Amino acid sequence: MLGNAVQSEVISVALMIAFSMVSVAVALSFWRLFRGPDRPDRILALDTLYINTIALLILLGIYLDSALYFEAALLIALMGFIGTVALCKYLLRGDIVE
Amino acid sequence: MQEYILAFLIVTGASFTLVGSLGLARLRDFYMRLHGPTKATTLGVGCLLIASAIYFSSKPDSFSMHEVLITLFLFITAPVSAHLLAKAALHLKLRSIAKLPEQS
Amino acid sequence: MFKRLLPHPVLTPILTIIWLLLTNSIATGQLLLGLMLGWAIPFFTIRFWPDEVTIYQPIKLLQFSLVVLFDILVANFIVARLILGNPDRLSPTFIIVPLDIKSDIAISLLANIISLTPGTVSSLLIEDRTQLVVHALDTDNADALIASIKTRYEAPLKEIFEHVG
Repeated sequence: MLGNAVQSEVISVALMIAFSMVSVAVALSFWRLFRGPDRPDRILALDTLYINTIALLILLGIYLDSALYFEAALLIALMGFIGTVALCKYLLRGDIVE
Repeated sequence: MQEYILAFLIVTGASFTLVGSLGLARLRDFYMRLHGPTKATTLGVGCLLIASAIYFSSKPDSFSMHEVLITLFLFITAPVSAHLLAKAALHLKLRSIAKLPEQS
Repeated sequence: MFKRLLPHPVLTPILTIIWLLLTNSIATGQLLLGLMLGWAIPFFTIRFWPDEVTIYQPIKLLQFSLVVLFDILVANFIVARLILGNPDRLSPTFIIVPLDIKSDIAISLLANIISLTPGTVSSLLIEDRTQLVVHALDTDNADALIASIKTRYEAPLKEIFEHVG
């Protein structure tokens, strides 16, 4: 076990279930990312991947009992949104900088 | 008692995240796929963040509300990115099961 | 004079609260720093801010937010059920919602609310801002859906953000 085993039994079981569910979600997003078929599909898959990663980081923060992962999650949220917007702009006008 | 609420929130959040990605993988055209991640995933992560806020606030002499920031941020940005994606898809005239609206 | 010193009275407390949340503490020092940032950022960026938003009915806004939050929760269960069901049985449609509201803030809020509530994602605002194209995940009755969007979300937004004469 990685964590400092401070959690109660109930929470650690819930965390394990949640970890596996979110991992499956990440796998599904990856599948959509590779399969496409169109560019917007891939962008949407990337966007979902960001959000799934935030979920994983939050879970990891609770599991390892550390608030450090919050900053990483916040940064991913910001960068993910900006990335999605930039990619959409690119699709809309073939150019990012106006 | 509190740990049961926490466990419930964690599992609910993870289930919604999974459902959102399942929608992304399963539905048949792009516009339908858009629905899963915008709604389910946002609420899922929202639940997880609330669970995290409760967990870190419940420890002796500490409080933690900064999770609210990510939740708010996601709730504001998710519809915006969905709108932009849909706009881009309409612009590229992606194949759709629903009849595409005529561009005026 | 007052206007020059405190250019954006709404933004200042919001920025202060965001700063306190970000640093995750309510120490006096952080509060002061937050207030300073909350004052300085609007003071130096006021020229970038678009027109002022006027809220005509603040109480109505609170009620409306609660309605929307509740709808978001319900929406998630509806969409979850649709996704887990048979995807071949869904009948997606594009619907066109004619808009009565004119102000930027009301239109963007309406579009965001539509995206977050049951089975609909706003996809395109027609150039002249009179129609909003919305994609519905599963609907048999497009007219009823348009009517419900108009009465449930658009009418309150119009009352809150636009002065009804």
